[in-house]
Amino acid sequence: MSVLQVRRLRVYYGTPAQPVRAVEDVSLEIGEREVVGLVGESGCGKSTLGRGILGLLPEGARADGEVLYGGRNLIGLSPKELRRLRGPDLGLVFQEPMTRLNPLSRISEHFRETLKQHESRLSDAEMRRRSLETLGRMGIPPTRFDQYPHEFSGGMRQRIMIALALVLRPKLLVADEPTTSLDVIVEGQILALLADLKRDFGTALLLITHNLGIVAESCDRIAVMYAGKIVEEGPVRDVFANPAHPYTRELLRSTISLETTELHSIPGAPPNLIDPPPGCRFHPRCPDAMRVCAQLEPVEKRFDQVRRVQCWLHGPESRIPAGGELPLEREAIGVADEA
Amino acid sequence: MTGTSLRTYLITRIALVLPMVFILLTLVFLLMRVAPGNPIEASLGGHVPQSAIKQIEHQLGFDKPLYTQYGNYLWDIARGNFGTTITDNRPLSQIIKQNGAATLELTFFAMIVAIVVGVFVGLVAGRFRDTWLDVGGRFFGILVYATPVFFLGLMAQLVFGVWLGWLPISDQASPLTAALLKTHTNIYFLDAIIDGNWSALWDITKHLILPATTLGLVTAGVFIRLVRVNVIRTLRDDYIEAARARGITERRVVYNHAFKNALVPVITVVGLNLALLLGGAVLTETTFNWPGIGHELVLYLENRDYVAVQGIIVLFALVVVAVSVLVDFLNAYVDPRIRY
Repeated sequence: MSVLQVRRLRVYYGTPAQPVRAVEDVSLEIGEREVVGLVGESGCGKSTLGRGILGLLPEGARADGEVLYGGRNLIGLSPKELRRLRGPDLGLVFQEPMTRLNPLSRISEHFRETLKQHESRLSDAEMRRRSLETLGRMGIPPTRFDQYPHEFSGGMRQRIMIALALVLRPKLLVADEPTTSLDVIVEGQILALLADLKRDFGTALLLITHNLGIVAESCDRIAVMYAGKIVEEGPVRDVFANPAHPYTRELLRSTISLETTELHSIPGAPPNLIDPPPGCRFHPRCPDAMRVCAQLEPVEKRFDQVRRVQCWLHGPESRIPAGGELPLEREAIGVADEA
Repeated sequence: MTGTSLRTYLITRIALVLPMVFILLTLVFLLMRVAPGNPIEASLGGHVPQSAIKQIEHQLGFDKPLYTQYGNYLWDIARGNFGTTITDNRPLSQIIKQNGAATLELTFFAMIVAIVVGVFVGLVAGRFRDTWLDVGGRFFGILVYATPVFFLGLMAQLVFGVWLGWLPISDQASPLTAALLKTHTNIYFLDAIIDGNWSALWDITKHLILPATTLGLVTAGVFIRLVRVNVIRTLRDDYIEAARARGITERRVVYNHAFKNALVPVITVVGLNLALLLGGAVLTETTFNWPGIGHELVLYLENRDYVAVQGIIVLFALVVVAVSVLVDFLNAYVDPRIRY
């Protein structure tokens, strides 16, 4: 059973004449109690996708396609209906916890407000009990319930933000780079908490990150995003062991471990999304690019129920024009292009 | 825990007042002494025999060495004795009581007008940014702010006093009311209420409307712009988005989160303006013949009444100190981050 299905979602920013295509034709499914990692470089549209699911796009953004939740398409839902779903059904944890709490309100007031909004029938004592219980599981002692945000460290604030999302028992939590601004030790603690979500709260998690190590450790499935598209998706083990898309492969090569002797990076920069390259969007940076890659958009190839890739290397050969499989000839990517 | 830290903050803050006041008093003393010319001679009009001047100088202690004068000056102020004016022999304590009360009354109501109009228009303009409400609010703000207070006052007098004849255009009360009113606090408005003298209260209120609104509107101009900008800024803050992500209604997001945070910096500006107004809304008081302290200051300055000017300036300084303590306290009360 899936909690949420995204089908052919597009999100555009900016003017109709020159739209920034932040998310282009993305489909993604998240199962109950599943942890899905969404990875990609900065600016590839992963945050936009995460927010698009909750209908929290900035002013001027337009979305179309389907985000199916509980039999309803969230795209085109009235703001009021969407607001009701945010919190009790869909939660969001942000990147920078330092500024996400109202500096003038106590932690207890944040919880009270949130619970009152969605479960107004709860008594004060019950609200308090629920809040303290959730905070306790995140490692925040009850003695600090009445303190103000500035009395907490970044890691503790992120725990509070997660507790604030979980106190309503959402079906799906979207965590948008929840540990990027925290130090490594705190990062590990927060990730451990998130990994236990499905056990403790029965919540599915969409973990947005650019850190593949995090995905390897805590996710069931991985979706790799490049320039607004999901180029590869599959179970974490399979994808890590045997990446099907050159971008995934290069991304995995770029991670650093104890065995790293030389830093690897993908030459070039992500394309601009106003005028993306024709054909496969990765072809200008792809070491395996063929002629067809610069001409036609790749067709999605499904290996099985859970594994798919968008790359001409996996065919179908019948769709590749004659001579299309020859290596793409191009000028070497200069240092200037990398900058 | 929070209560204790607020109390600690307050105690520290008040302890700092003493050196602050001391420095202020010293500055006033020194500035008055370095001003050129013989002040006694000037205040007496220049046609007084030298012996008479010497006598007054002796009486006021101006023939003593500077440090003795300084010591006496501090000691007098510590005892609340501000001296007596040279030109009309009025005790300064009386000026403070009577004219100060008139200024306090005017300032209080002007501030209410300024806060109500300024905060309300500013919040609406910021909340509905770039709509016609915003454009209207901003235009109104610029208009009242750019208009000189005496011009706005004159126009108000012309329209509501002369053409429509609804409201009196000068003084604090009609002479009859003033004569019959018993004095308790010197603040007419309060005195009328204490006595339960409702016809006097009505008369006093009518006299208050034009000057208080004029002064209030001019002050509101600053508030409108400040509040509007703050609302726009806070509506973009991260915790606003986070609240929306928790499904908090837009109404609550705006009222509980955005407006509250937007108004914190406004407290400081309101305080500064309050101190400014209490220090004599000279132009307004002159336009409406309001017997306030700014009005008096101008008169004594013209006559170069040394003692009067010094006393009134010391009073202003003390008012500024008191208001800034009040502002700090309010800020600390509203914003927990300041208490540390």
